[in-house]
Amino acid sequence: MTEATANTIRINKPRQAIGEGPRTRFALIAIALVFLALMLIAPLVVVFFEAFSRGLGVYIDALAMPDTMSALQLTLLVAAIAVPANLVFGVAASWAIAKFDFKGKSFLLTLIDLPFAVSPVVSGLVFVLLFGANSVLGPWLADMGIQVLFAVPGIVIATIFITFPFVARELIPLMQQQGSSEEEAAVSLGAGGWRTFFLVTLPNVKWGLLYGVLLCNARAMGEFGAVSVVSGHIRGQTNTLPLHIEILYNDNKAAAAFAVASLLAMLALVTLAVKTMLEARFAGSLAAQRRH
Amino acid sequence: MTAAAPDGARRTSWRRRSVLPGFNLTLGYTLAYLSLIVLIPLAALAIRSASLGWTEFWAIATDPRIVASLQLSFGAAILAALVNTVFGVIVAWVLVRYRFPGRRWLDAAVDLPFALPTAVAGIALATLYAPNGPFGAFLEGVFGVKVGFTSLGVVVALIFVGLPFVVRTVQPVLEEIDRETEEVSATLGAGRLRTVTRVIMPGLLPAILTGFALSFARGVGEYGSVIFIANNLPFQSEIAPLLIVIKLEEHNYAGATAIATIMLVISFAMLFVINLLQAWSRKWFGHD
Repeated sequence: MTEATANTIRINKPRQAIGEGPRTRFALIAIALVFLALMLIAPLVVVFFEAFSRGLGVYIDALAMPDTMSALQLTLLVAAIAVPANLVFGVAASWAIAKFDFKGKSFLLTLIDLPFAVSPVVSGLVFVLLFGANSVLGPWLADMGIQVLFAVPGIVIATIFITFPFVARELIPLMQQQGSSEEEAAVSLGAGGWRTFFLVTLPNVKWGLLYGVLLCNARAMGEFGAVSVVSGHIRGQTNTLPLHIEILYNDNKAAAAFAVASLLAMLALVTLAVKTMLEARFAGSLAAQRRH
Repeated sequence: MTAAAPDGARRTSWRRRSVLPGFNLTLGYTLAYLSLIVLIPLAALAIRSASLGWTEFWAIATDPRIVASLQLSFGAAILAALVNTVFGVIVAWVLVRYRFPGRRWLDAAVDLPFALPTAVAGIALATLYAPNGPFGAFLEGVFGVKVGFTSLGVVVALIFVGLPFVVRTVQPVLEEIDRETEEVSATLGAGRLRTVTRVIMPGLLPAILTGFALSFARGVGEYGSVIFIANNLPFQSEIAPLLIVIKLEEHNYAGATAIATIMLVISFAMLFVINLLQAWSRKWFGHD
């Protein structure tokens, strides 16, 4: 950006025309700052401000409530199933799509993106129609003694659906960019498929993979619409943290609701911090990729 | 990845040969998992919707309360996507072209709506824009505009959830733009405004359209952040996804299915049109 600073010093007509004048520049930065501060930062600040507005005692009481604890446990359980499931899928899908050329690849990519295009509430509805009392599968599963809807399995499946594309969408472009020459070299030197993946491919994509997993996890723990439809809102049993926040808020326990919300807000901040750190690292490795 | 038989794979003509193993295993797993989690459940919705029959479907689709909720969902999503397009392009421009203290922080903050759960955003926005909240009191006192618990609140929530889509699609394209064309335009005598509108913006147009489309698509389906800031009154601030939830609570599966189908069809149609526009602008302005 030495060029940009030079612009403001040297008043040379064609030179100045490449960048904006200092006044325009200042105005644009101010608009961006004010907009982001009001739209994005203010809501985040409010979460922590309201969480502690009634003092530390209320904050700790809200977190120590049995209902909060069971909601936290359920949220962790759901993420512990949904994230690894989509991680395995994301790795398999990106290996097939990035390392091989076949017909229908772009159609497959569109299908993988489908859950992004569907409203969370509709995603939940889909599973109600599939497993509900008047569906084909519902009565059959009920006979076998398996309850999917308004129980943990339904919450897990809806969460898997919602977070389905996250790891794959992060890995596929990265693996496509890296090509497959390194893997081909490894295989021609006698390495097996698994060995090639773990020793050649994985080290190249580990940071992208980690970021995909983090995003997937943040969404899995924070999903509201889809889970709300399939959960049945049974306190202490099928309430995840976001659903618990809604109940507290509607019960006029705003400080408690914000205390629980601050847990999820901290998770979001950690996700963003790791992302920013990874990007600083990434930029170097990606630039190195482009150079040769 | 021993399950893939290279000899068997080599015979198929629909894919190019490769020395790498694991194609059959990974593609097979991908297709099986995709079908099980996404395709079969969505097919259940399609089948259920098809079994409604035209007269029943039409009766539900023309119900005034449902029409009002769809109008609100799509109208607010378009409005929010427009606001996000204007401010998103400005934010992307500032992040790419200027260096100032705190730029990295600002860049990181753009992703906040991706990472913050919608219920958390919802109660935070509701508190800010409530009539006695800091923003709500200011807007009502100074401009006489009520935002919290009205349909305007819906737009505010959708602006929040949709903003990163515009910034994150425009930003990488802006980074790739060759500064030399701007220099050429300037040396040929074009003013800065003319260079920006005639040289830079056409190249950005496909990315801007994509960002608009993604922001819009996210807004139409959004539920968690909206229900807290809107007061959810029928015909006023009741969004379509909320009406689906209400129908489900009433065990009116036909109604819920019909609304979901209408939402999906309109969304897909609008995304299709925007895809056409993108292809058209790529063709005419010659940028990817």
